[in-house]
Amino acid sequence: MRSRAMPKPSWNLDYMMWVFTRLSGLSLILLIVIGISAGLLMGARSQMDLGTLMRWTFFPNSNHVLDSEIPDLYLWANGFWQIMQILVVFFAATHGFNGLRVVIEDYSLSGFWQIFLRFLILLLWIFSIMVGIYVILGS
Amino acid sequence: MALSRKVSLSAGAKYKGGGPMLAWVLHRISGLGIIIFVTLHVIASFFTQQFGSDLGISINIIYESIYFQLFIVFCAIFHGVNGFRIIVLDIWPRLIRYQKESTWLEWFVILPLYGLTVFIMIQRFLEG
Ligand code: HEM
Repeated sequence: MRSRAMPKPSWNLDYMMWVFTRLSGLSLILLIVIGISAGLLMGARSQMDLGTLMRWTFFPNSNHVLDSEIPDLYLWANGFWQIMQILVVFFAATHGFNGLRVVIEDYSLSGFWQIFLRFLILLLWIFSIMVGIYVILGS
Repeated sequence: MALSRKVSLSAGAKYKGGGPMLAWVLHRISGLGIIIFVTLHVIASFFTQQFGSDLGISINIIYESIYFQLFIVFCAIFHGVNGFRIIVLDIWPRLIRYQKESTWLEWFVILPLYGLTVFIMIQRFLEG
């Protein structure tokens, strides 16, 4: 088995997604650092536990940490964090579902099944981004 | 993009790719682990919230268990650190010469980070 060749730089799906995977990876690290720092501030007065910190870090939505009795939680439900959540959802879903596509297509798929599975992944991608944004804007 | 695989599973398992191969396998498993978990979590929450269905609650029980959490935390830490390593090597291709060393180096970051997290998680789990 040869290793997968790096896609040739041009306007094709594989190269665009290769670049996007790297950029979104870096963006996710940045978003996580911002989220974790804010989570530490948020939990400083109430000895927030690790699970809550992680839930806030990976999806900085005030409803995601409701069970933890954080004082003045409403202060954390604002437009800034809504934008951060949308960025997390967009980068993670796009990066992750494209990764899923890459793994599937490594196993010798072509023709009908490739198109079918690409379509299925596209649907899942659209669905999860829509559900994500619906939850974010509704909370 | 489809590759033709002319290698049997047993031959593949004996291939001695060392650290970088282990990193590749774990990167794949951890990436899939995260995307499957996130998708399940979104679907479960959506069904619980919209239709009050029990399906969501039974999925929740799976990933609230400590074993699942130990697994998914490893996935997240490994995938993030190893992904960063991949990106650095891609930006500065000359560093590929040190690819083996880079996979050792990343374990110096991953093991303490994961070890500390596991310690806290198990401590809290035992406290109940
Ligand atoms: C800390 C943030 C992250 C970083 C730095 C990162 C980095 C990367 C990189 C560089 C790759 C390409 C690997 C390659 O070309 O061999 C990759 C693949 C992948 N990532 Fe991530 N990632 C991150 C977060 C995520 C998240 C949140 C998910 C899931 C939602 C995810 C799922 C995947 C999957 C499924 C693959 C494909 C694995 C493969 O091709 O073997 N990643 N990641």
